[in-house]
Amino acid sequence: MPKKVVYKAQIEHLQILDEEGKLDTKLAKDTLDDEQVVHLYEQMSITRHYDEVAFKLQRSGRMGTYPQNKGQEANAAASALALRKGWDWLVPCYRENTALFMHGLPMHYVLLHWMGDERGNQIPEGVNITPLSIPIGTHMLHATGIAWAAKLRAEDRVVATYFGDGATSEGDFHGAMNFASVMQAPVLFYCQNNQWAISVPREIQMNSETVAQKAFAYGMPTIQIDGNDIFAVYKATKDAVDRARDGGGPSFIEAVTYRLADHTTADDAKRYRDPEEVEAWRAKDPLIRTRKYMESKGLWDDTKQTELQERAEKIVAEVVRTAEGIEKPTPADFFNHMFAELPHELERQRDTMHTSSLCQNPEQAGLRAGLERV
Amino acid sequence: MLTMTSPVPPGGQLVDHPALPGGYAEPDWSKPLPSREGDRVIQFREALREAISEEMRRDERVFLLGEEVAEYNGAYKVSQGMLDEFGPKRIIDSPISENGFAGLGAAAAMYGLRPIIEFMSWSFSLVAADQIMNNVPKMLYMSGGQWGCPIVFRGNDGAGGQLGSTHSWTVEGLYANVPGVKIAIPSCPYDAKGLLKTAILDPDPVFFLESERMLGDKAHVPEEEYYIPFGQAARLREGDACTLVSFGRPVNFCLEAADALAGEGIDVDVLDMRTIRPLDMNSVIESIKRTNRVVVVDQCWPFGSVASEVVTQIIERGFDWLDHPPVRVNTEDVPTPYAKQLEAAYLPSTERIIAAVRGAVG
Repeated sequence: MPKKVVYKAQIEHLQILDEEGKLDTKLAKDTLDDEQVVHLYEQMSITRHYDEVAFKLQRSGRMGTYPQNKGQEANAAASALALRKGWDWLVPCYRENTALFMHGLPMHYVLLHWMGDERGNQIPEGVNITPLSIPIGTHMLHATGIAWAAKLRAEDRVVATYFGDGATSEGDFHGAMNFASVMQAPVLFYCQNNQWAISVPREIQMNSETVAQKAFAYGMPTIQIDGNDIFAVYKATKDAVDRARDGGGPSFIEAVTYRLADHTTADDAKRYRDPEEVEAWRAKDPLIRTRKYMESKGLWDDTKQTELQERAEKIVAEVVRTAEGIEKPTPADFFNHMFAELPHELERQRDTMHTSSLCQNPEQAGLRAGLERV
Repeated sequence: MLTMTSPVPPGGQLVDHPALPGGYAEPDWSKPLPSREGDRVIQFREALREAISEEMRRDERVFLLGEEVAEYNGAYKVSQGMLDEFGPKRIIDSPISENGFAGLGAAAAMYGLRPIIEFMSWSFSLVAADQIMNNVPKMLYMSGGQWGCPIVFRGNDGAGGQLGSTHSWTVEGLYANVPGVKIAIPSCPYDAKGLLKTAILDPDPVFFLESERMLGDKAHVPEEEYYIPFGQAARLREGDACTLVSFGRPVNFCLEAADALAGEGIDVDVLDMRTIRPLDMNSVIESIKRTNRVVVVDQCWPFGSVASEVVTQIIERGFDWLDHPPVRVNTEDVPTPYAKQLEAAYLPSTERIIAAVRGAVG
């Protein structure tokens, strides 16, 4: 019996708008119209400003931790546009703010979340977004589960889940990919390959040439795209979403992008990244190239830029005011969402604010009969 | 490839074991521990680093594997400079896969190496649950004594740094329930060094729980090598009004409470358990025979916690000595809040310990 090849594969890399703002018009056909390009640019710019303000809030002690989105906005923005707002689901990690806002999450919610107010995760009715997922990779299984449920209910919803290159090392990633493929669940796995998982570069994170090829193992359509190119992001997402909606199952996108800022405010990337590498990626910033393109088409000028900057400042200032204006939660609030009905022993804890023992007589726990602290 | 330079500490001995290639080293337990007093003041994290480095210099089988441990010098700088000294074969950056590197470590331990696995946070150990709860602690037992698993898992445990609910686990209550592991939880730099060195030599799996809130704490740490035996509590204050039992970070709150209470004429015994598996209940019972009152301070959730176990054993063994029901100070029975003021209210504090002691002696 002669040897034969039983599987062959190749990965396409898609770029439509290059670093200089030049568009491949052939590839751009049936993607974004001018109005959409301007809309995406505005959304990205507003969240870029939001990002900078959030960073300052953390630095001035007004927020716990914050992971900047800077440099990756094209991924969130253009993919969000390719999904049906209020119908499809977004299952994010924490570097997709633009997508969340475009799908209807009030902007101050994300600030509330990072300020430690769980009300920031009370996603409003009709907004199909799950809360930010901080453990790496665990939410991809949730995305597959939601997609599977939608399929069982015969709803033509699509679920998009976002994660980083590091997350593809997690077992949960492989579990989610396999289940999605076996069940042909309508889910899009969107990997923002931003090159760095905190200080670990992609080459140490994995030994494969691309992240995209991991999808081959699960028999899933896969592509590598320029993640700082709104056209490529939109096109690849749209293709995957259409396929999923038509019953074609899951897809994988590796979007090559770059985390221009630190991992979070608890990190200092200057200690491990080559400044030349960062500079090279600064030149590939999605905002810069999108603006160049718009200017070349006469869609944008300095006046519009100034107006947009002023608008962004106004919006974000208002968002910060709203977030900070909400009364801080009190310790008794942390019992609010423990169970559908608060059990007696938790009621006692709430009323005494002194748990010591779940069933202990308050007097024995150092409390007077009136339940005040001694 | 791997050579044992000098795997046995000064005065120690090599003990043969059928499941551990090359046997294991046992320190000389008769050697008295060095003084806690002195002026060699270093940080908690430096004490940890010193313990690992000393053991790595002695024994080439010892290596450190985890996320961010090498190039980044550790997410919390425990392994600062260690890549330079020991090189990338022994200070190893891992892909983000806790279950993966916990399992790799387990196998390396089975094959005779001495892995130290760093969890950036013990919260992340939950994704490695099957390896660390279902494989490692049972390895010797389920292989009929053929495979040992001399491994140290270490990292930050407990809340207090506004890291949010999923990153603020206090795992001792959960893991102490599993037979087959040893659990050490130091409260100060001196113990951090001495306990970690013991953990690395130990022939069984050890979970070593550090606290992100204490890594910058400074105190005297002797330069010499010393090993603190597991299962021996330290009596840090002496008094006969009440016994305060704690472990890990809250021990420091107990000491503050003891000092404040002493000002009111209430002198308490403070016992730092240092390891919760094994648990030195003899010291607790001995203390209660003098004080007849006990407050157990534990930064875990109350239900089924280590404090519950301590209280149960006190009731079983020391009931007749008690003049007051045992009191527990735990966290509230809710997920760890993220907001600063809520997190502070949730955790055991000096004030809550003082209130509990006053209640117990009042």
